[in-house]
Amino acid sequence: MSARAATSTALLLALALSPPPLGAETITVASTTTTENSGLLDYLLPRVLEHTGVEVRVVLSGTGQALQNGRLGNVDALLVHHTASEEAFVAEGFGLARYDLMYNDFVLVGPGDDPARIAGTEDAARALASISQAGAGFVSRGDDSGTHKRELELWRAAGLAPGGGRWYRESGAGMGATLNIANELGAYCLTDRATWLNFANRANLAVLVEGDPRLRNQYGVVLVDPRRHPHTNADGARRFADWLLSPAGQAAIDDYRVGGQQAFHANAQRSGD
Amino acid sequence: MHNLSDAFAAAAGMIMQLEPELLEIIALSLRVSLSAVFFAALVGLPLGASIALSRFAGRGAIVTALNALMGLPPVVVGLVVYLLLSRAGPLGEFGLLFTPSAMIIAQSILVVPIIAALTRQVVADLHGEYDEQLRSLELGWWASLSTLLWEARFSLMTAVLAGFGRASAEVGAVMIVGGNINHVTRVMTTTIALETSKGNLALALGLGIVLVLLVLMVNAAASLLQHAAQRRHG
Amino acid sequence: MDEVLDSAAGEPGATRAPPILPLTLESVSYAVRGKVLLEHIDLQLHAGARTLVMGPNGAGKSLLMRICHGLIRPSAGRVAWAGRQPNAQAMVFQRPVLLRRTALANVEFALKHAGIAARDRRRLALAALEQAGLAPIAQRQARVLSGGEQQKLALARAWALRPQVLFLDEPTASLDPAATAAVEDLITDIHASGTKIVMSSHDLGQARRLADEVLFLHRGRVTERTPASEFFAAPRSQAAQAFVQGRLYWE
Repeated sequence: MSARAATSTALLLALALSPPPLGAETITVASTTTTENSGLLDYLLPRVLEHTGVEVRVVLSGTGQALQNGRLGNVDALLVHHTASEEAFVAEGFGLARYDLMYNDFVLVGPGDDPARIAGTEDAARALASISQAGAGFVSRGDDSGTHKRELELWRAAGLAPGGGRWYRESGAGMGATLNIANELGAYCLTDRATWLNFANRANLAVLVEGDPRLRNQYGVVLVDPRRHPHTNADGARRFADWLLSPAGQAAIDDYRVGGQQAFHANAQRSGD
Repeated sequence: MHNLSDAFAAAAGMIMQLEPELLEIIALSLRVSLSAVFFAALVGLPLGASIALSRFAGRGAIVTALNALMGLPPVVVGLVVYLLLSRAGPLGEFGLLFTPSAMIIAQSILVVPIIAALTRQVVADLHGEYDEQLRSLELGWWASLSTLLWEARFSLMTAVLAGFGRASAEVGAVMIVGGNINHVTRVMTTTIALETSKGNLALALGLGIVLVLLVLMVNAAASLLQHAAQRRHG
Repeated sequence: MDEVLDSAAGEPGATRAPPILPLTLESVSYAVRGKVLLEHIDLQLHAGARTLVMGPNGAGKSLLMRICHGLIRPSAGRVAWAGRQPNAQAMVFQRPVLLRRTALANVEFALKHAGIAARDRRRLALAALEQAGLAPIAQRQARVLSGGEQQKLALARAWALRPQVLFLDEPTASLDPAATAAVEDLITDIHASGTKIVMSSHDLGQARRLADEVLFLHRGRVTERTPASEFFAAPRSQAAQAFVQGRLYWE
């Protein structure tokens, strides 16, 4: 290879592979597909930039992988929805602090003909028991996500182990993908309301069970501990969290609508955990 | 069925309106895949040619392994690269995770075996034809290698296009190492996956049609070049 | 003809470099997978005469040429040149192996790899094409030339290096009579310029036209080596006699 060709190649290599300069105003946040699917992030992040000057890059995955990214120090903050896991994250020394941010609720959706007769039930655990008894189709996230963990907690509350038949299917995928499957099969599914409101492909499904206090879905924002991972942008993450927890941020969250309905309820308490 | 017609309508609409968001995603997709193919060719062409021209014990095993690596699962490559580039990993200090560079690295790894294996095949065939003459002209090993690579340039173009096809189509690796970050690491394939997960099936399919058209255009351009040059050179 | 070329520095020149001939083969034999294809080859090739290697198919002519040229190593025995010089030998094969580029570029390619400086290559390449009568097609793609033109190009490429020895393995076997005549004329010119010619052929007529001496091979052995006139008039071995008379012979 000629010297010129070698030099140009080396230059191209350097250009293509050099990471973009992450300014002090950029942070990486791990969040869940559920949050993205609700459309909240597209609505909220420009406002974050406007009020704090911080550009937020969101890496999407399930709650489990988001926490893992946090442990590995690949992100500066987390925005997930499983309080117990978030508190453990802080307790283990990976997180500096965690704060309640907002909540919405989960709902049980299912086919219009409702073979398990759960429509209108107020007890979510009983509803799941009915589904199991009827052997009616159910699609689970099966991916260690916040939604999945809640589903398992409900099964435990009903005194049952999920599965034990072809009626119970695990998608191992995000909320939207799981809803696609449920819609296709005419099966029951546990989903958060915000994703449901924003989801387009649901011709065969309807909300059947809602309102049970155990269906409340609490979101938290967690700061990755800079003592554990010194390279993270702790300052940017702090500004990001501060705004979200501030009256302005909380009001913005309350104002977010999907299909005319309020999708999230802000419930930050400034006293910390 | 209406999803399909909606999809074609969506695709047509997107193309005609040239929405800036779509253009941004297309530009990033091309940048990642073309860069990956470029680096993969840089490694794969000489690698494949070297294997074709060398004689050593265990060469057959290497060739078999190389051919098998063409089928490397993208999601596995993505996972390995993720672990390497992760902050806790050996290359973490470069901060490459969740950037287009990480995607280029992962796709390059996927494409190298394709280009190398196909190059090996092409050069091995040529070697049979040219070997004695090149040795008669007293060409050294490296001179033979570069001469044969240049001679085979038309067939190798096909190998490179195969690599480009693979890079453009894959979603598993770039999803894991890129994180599908909006405006940063979101490419055509990951956008299609995301829109599907939102239930926007017509839009997702429309994007799919645009992607296929894009790859077709690249292949058509290369094919025209190839035929024109081949007619000249014989 | 050669004055233009000999005067400049840094060029190939058979006349000035130390001679690599004579070539000596001592007890050379070649076997593959137990089958003996050449055995007990003892001979010396000297400068000057046009040596034609003859014999029926399967006699081992091509193999012998390749062993002499160094493309194949013998299973036993020695192949020894009197001297070692880069690019002092060249070979032309039955099917010309040309690169996907112009005729001129093909000759320049050979000159480049012989270490000729860039500024001299074009001039020398053009001169070589001129000598082969190929100047009009210098810019045409080599692979679209006719069979005869391609073979003449292969010869021009070999001659451009001014080799001391030129091996030719049945160079006209695939060509029509007109092309064959043109190639034979070129070979004669190359010989006249001082290059030793070692050529294999199974064409008796061609041998009569070109040979100064004949090396006859039969089933991997040299049965005789005689000046051409003697060989065609009175071949000594039975195999050679059958060959000259056009009979098939095997034993």
